[in-house]
Amino acid sequence: MAEFRNSSGGRIDRARPLTFRFNGKRYQGFSGDTLASALLANGVHLVGRSFKYHRPRGIVTAGAEEPNALVQLETGGYFEPNLRATQVELYDGLTASSQNAWPSVDFDIGAINGFFSKLFVAGFYYKTFMHPRSFWMRVYEPIIRRAAAGARAPSEADPDTYDKMHAHCDVLVAGAGPAGLMAALEAAKAGARVIVADEQAEFGGSLLGETSGIDGIPAAQWVEKMRADLAAFPEVRLLPRTTVTGYYDHNYLIMAERKTDHLGRGMGGVRQRLWKVRAKRVVLATGAHERPLVFADNDRPGIMLAGAARAYVNRYGVKPGNTGVVFTNNDSAYEAAIDLAKTGCRIEAIIDVRPQATGAMAQKARAAGLRIICGAAIAGVEGAKRVKAVEIAPLSSDGETVGGPVKRIECDFVAVSGGWTPAVHLLSQSGGKLRFDEAKACFVPNVSVQAETSAGACNGTLFLEGALEEGAKAGRAAVEAVGLMPAQESALPKVETVEAAPIHALWIVPGKKPVGHGKAKHFVDAQNDVTAADIMLASREGYRSVEHLKRYTTTGMGTDQGKTSNVNALAILSRTLSSPIPSVGTTTFRPPYTPVTYGTLAGRDVGELSDVARVTPMHGWHVARGAVFEDVGQWKRPWYYPKDGESLREAVNRECLAVRNGVGILDASTLGKIDIQGPDAAEFLNRVYTNAWSKLGIGRCRYGIMCKEDGMVFDDGVTTRLGENHFLMTTTTGNAAAVLDRLEDYLQTEWPDLKVYLTSVTEHWATASIAGPKARELVGELAPDLDLSNDAFPFMSMKEATVAGLAARIYRISFTGELSYEINVPAYQGMALWEAIFAAGETHGLTPYGTETMHVLRAEKGFIIVGQETDGTVTPFDLGMDWIVSTKKPDFVGKRSFSRPDTARTDRKQLVGLLTEDPEEVLPEGAQITADADGTPPMPMLGHVTSSYWSATLGRSIAMALIADGGNRQDTTVHAPLGVKTLACKVVKPVFFDSEGARLNG
Amino acid sequence: MLLIECPWCGPRDEIEFAYGGEAHIARPADPSKLSDAEWAEFLFFRSNPKGAHRERWVHAAGCRRWFNVERDTVSYRISRVYTGACEPVGEGQ
Amino acid sequence: MADAMMTADAGERAGALSRLFQGGEASTTAGPLTLSEMPVPGQINLRGNPSDAAFAEAVAKVLGCRLPVAANTVEKGGDFSLLWLGPDEWLVLTAPGAEAELSAGLVEALAGQHFAITDVTGNRALFRLSGTPAREVLAKGCSLDLHPSRFATGQCAQTLLARSGIILSQVDDAPSYDILPRRSFAEYTWRWLEDAMAEYR
Repeated sequence: MAEFRNSSGGRIDRARPLTFRFNGKRYQGFSGDTLASALLANGVHLVGRSFKYHRPRGIVTAGAEEPNALVQLETGGYFEPNLRATQVELYDGLTASSQNAWPSVDFDIGAINGFFSKLFVAGFYYKTFMHPRSFWMRVYEPIIRRAAAGARAPSEADPDTYDKMHAHCDVLVAGAGPAGLMAALEAAKAGARVIVADEQAEFGGSLLGETSGIDGIPAAQWVEKMRADLAAFPEVRLLPRTTVTGYYDHNYLIMAERKTDHLGRGMGGVRQRLWKVRAKRVVLATGAHERPLVFADNDRPGIMLAGAARAYVNRYGVKPGNTGVVFTNNDSAYEAAIDLAKTGCRIEAIIDVRPQATGAMAQKARAAGLRIICGAAIAGVEGAKRVKAVEIAPLSSDGETVGGPVKRIECDFVAVSGGWTPAVHLLSQSGGKLRFDEAKACFVPNVSVQAETSAGACNGTLFLEGALEEGAKAGRAAVEAVGLMPAQESALPKVETVEAAPIHALWIVPGKKPVGHGKAKHFVDAQNDVTAADIMLASREGYRSVEHLKRYTTTGMGTDQGKTSNVNALAILSRTLSSPIPSVGTTTFRPPYTPVTYGTLAGRDVGELSDVARVTPMHGWHVARGAVFEDVGQWKRPWYYPKDGESLREAVNRECLAVRNGVGILDASTLGKIDIQGPDAAEFLNRVYTNAWSKLGIGRCRYGIMCKEDGMVFDDGVTTRLGENHFLMTTTTGNAAAVLDRLEDYLQTEWPDLKVYLTSVTEHWATASIAGPKARELVGELAPDLDLSNDAFPFMSMKEATVAGLAARIYRISFTGELSYEINVPAYQGMALWEAIFAAGETHGLTPYGTETMHVLRAEKGFIIVGQETDGTVTPFDLGMDWIVSTKKPDFVGKRSFSRPDTARTDRKQLVGLLTEDPEEVLPEGAQITADADGTPPMPMLGHVTSSYWSATLGRSIAMALIADGGNRQDTTVHAPLGVKTLACKVVKPVFFDSEGARLNG
Repeated sequence: MLLIECPWCGPRDEIEFAYGGEAHIARPADPSKLSDAEWAEFLFFRSNPKGAHRERWVHAAGCRRWFNVERDTVSYRISRVYTGACEPVGEGQ
Repeated sequence: MADAMMTADAGERAGALSRLFQGGEASTTAGPLTLSEMPVPGQINLRGNPSDAAFAEAVAKVLGCRLPVAANTVEKGGDFSLLWLGPDEWLVLTAPGAEAELSAGLVEALAGQHFAITDVTGNRALFRLSGTPAREVLAKGCSLDLHPSRFATGQCAQTLLARSGIILSQVDDAPSYDILPRRSFAEYTWRWLEDAMAEYR
């Protein structure tokens, strides 16, 4: 048995020993231990080095509030930093090491920082590393990052599985201590849907370390009975090892459940689960955290909180040391002293800053044979890696100084209590407001903003009887609030209550020298190495708001978010400013309550599930054909189809020439399609498009541009009249949902009188676009009954026909400038159509082409792409598309804006074509355009390149650009400065090929 | 994650909705009659209040209906959800 | 031979997962859970004004069941279901291939009224998830409260499952759910469901 482990007592299973390693050494613990309790059992207090000074640090707490004992676990993909040893459940084979210690926790080079500690005062980042400025990135930052490493990030992928789950309940109880259990049972009895979550492995909270009884049975047994009672209700969900970590708007809470961490890593199944809970009511029963006292060198290993010392001995059967001193300003530490003395520790004295100890608790301690020294304080500590002795001195009556004879007491641990801080984090996150309770010397909930109630210690009710009563009341109130009838009231569990004497707030315990003088340090925030002197200095330098203090000194930051330090820091600031605590304020707590792994936040949205990959019905064919895909919105579209190791450019050149000289095929299924029906359909189109629609014949197609009210281009596409009151609109691939939302918006809210219904049919149709001079031949073979002559089936019209045995709609429209047929069949026949086309197309040299070729071909024709040539600041006039804006229609969306002074300017950025002087040079898209050939920056910018390609058809590069006053710059030379070189370009009309449109008819 | 009561589908998470800006800004019946300043007012100017705000939402992942919500921009509390193409502005709660 | 290949079988309807299950049945199990793609059902989108008695009556006559006007509910006719999608929108699910005749019947019965009948058979895939933990599997990606007191057999909803919009409808108390993602989201939705089911294996 390890040296400091008692032979009996506690909730550990001595029949199940576990072996683990810490900093390379092997130790033994038991099932039920935390890493911290197992280390203490082996006499290991020194677990890390501090952030700035690299001072040796020990375990201070027994829970989530731990500032010091941060460890990293395991290696490789299982490596995990920033874990609190006080919360890590021990498992066999666990491997842990200290953070912030290099090369080792016993010999740490960084400790030299301690000798230069004057450099590390409040705001040291801002003061020390300012000059010279160039040193910041190259010198200071790397050094600081190494020295103040905190934790390393894992370098390998995490092999474990994570998950998320939505949940709904009437009452969520956060915390399963005495208040939470009572609340949950009351809610359950009323038939409510209840979730009880607690961060610990076992329910019970503070009761797990309690020695007194409840209702005549040991507290732990009472907890087990409550748990079993709750588990019997079908609508109650009990979640141990689950931290309620975020409280968001409308009673939406996030919980992090650790399902298998206590068994080790790589256990299979789900390791951690993120719960997203919508609760009608919340009962916060999150308990309280003990505060340290701020005395000289209060950070030495072996000095821990009294409640933690009590928890270690009662819950884990571990003595924090052999000989201890208890130092307190309130009664709760007396219970620790009594329990420690009872279980084999020698307690030299209880040092109480209060002038006298006459209350019931003090009497109980005296009855147990304990010595109490009143009106005194620890004025100094001996020992660096472990406390060796403390110096006790009488306190002056105002508590400002120590004087008189100093008494030296040898000890190997000190149990400290500075009072309790209600864990109001979730309440604060919910938007609730706090008030400072002078009598209890802590912040307590004051104003609720959301549907929640605080009960027990987190509400400032720090005695068991009160917590039980408040919990029951909160549970009953919660069910009533959701419209359920509370169960008949039953008697509260009976507990022994010792009346507590009032706490005496002493925010700084004076040392032998004034604070900030001499070598001794009064630590406030151990994790961030912030001392009382730092806070006093900050306030002298003018930091009067607690929010500024936090950012300047870093107090309250880090993984513990100041759970043990915030109130002390605030009180010291208030004391220095001579301003009452409530007027200094308290910082706002933000989620998460304790750190949450990235794995949990990501859940199963990783790998191929990290985003949707929308695929067309012909996707399998593209994959089989070796297509390289491009993301367009969430769609995967074939970008190009490389053959025999072709590069992008080689493949695209081949595909372009195939379409221009033979026949090519594009999967165009991704375009948005909206079916429009109703007697006012044409009028509706008149209002949303810039051009006119009333006279479009049935079976005819028309291109349209849709603007926003500000006159800027929003979307474009071809719309076909299928019947008198029936149209089919196409939208761009990426904008399909946005267009539908916008059109519904107009119909529902601006023009509800219009009789029009919209239905999305994007996914109903699969579209094969066949283009090229040989397109007619191929389509003729596939649809032998269809007259494809230009007269019978002219450009911009639609026919219904049987294609390869399938009922299809064929649209004669073109985005390439070539003779083109877009064949549409229902999606479930898309692949059949595609395969049939290829079966017929083989003899015609049918070439599949991707989006890159489509872009090149349309750019040769000067066709725009919304989102490439436009960016929300471009009007149809800017694009040179005056022809598409009706001058006759009295109104349409965007029309009024065309006469706004800024929109009507003639020198706006306008679309032009660019031809580089060197035809081999292809401009990068996004390149800036200037008037000057070789200006040095800064220089005036005219605009930028929107599209740029190598055109195999033309044997040279082509580009389009938006440049200021582009219309008047025709035939002038502009420049594209690219850093390494500047390319001269001629401004031309943005049509590079077949400007008469002769090829459309084949 | 706000909980928004779709007037048709019932309470749903905010993620199912899209936001449509301030409510009750009707598109002028005849924009050509408006001065540039009046048109700019319609296009660009919104009240952006601290407190009760009437705004438009659409249940994009559900029934695709647009409706109005009165929401406190400080507490995010929703006091009212109502439909109507352009319901006359009432007193907020 | 070439000629034969040029003509596709018009009666054949490819499922949305034919790429993942080439030629095979799209089905998977995990412990008590079964997930299958059902044959592509006929799908008709119906728009109209339910407070117009003539509209409601005409629809009821053709379909042989009431038009569901209560939000998120399903009415069953002989071979088809009528799902409420919105205050003036419904989805009719028919046996595969029955949609054309039914559409024609509806168009005829509604002649002269303002309505929209649209064949959307290609719009969505239909998956069925069945088994005791089905509710929990869905809860991993769906924020609806699926508790039997809130969402029961005969109810439907348009909502999100992970990153995919779906129509969800509970078809029995097993419980079994019909999940209808848009066809292009079908592979993603299937993979997501398979992954979510893994823990029940």
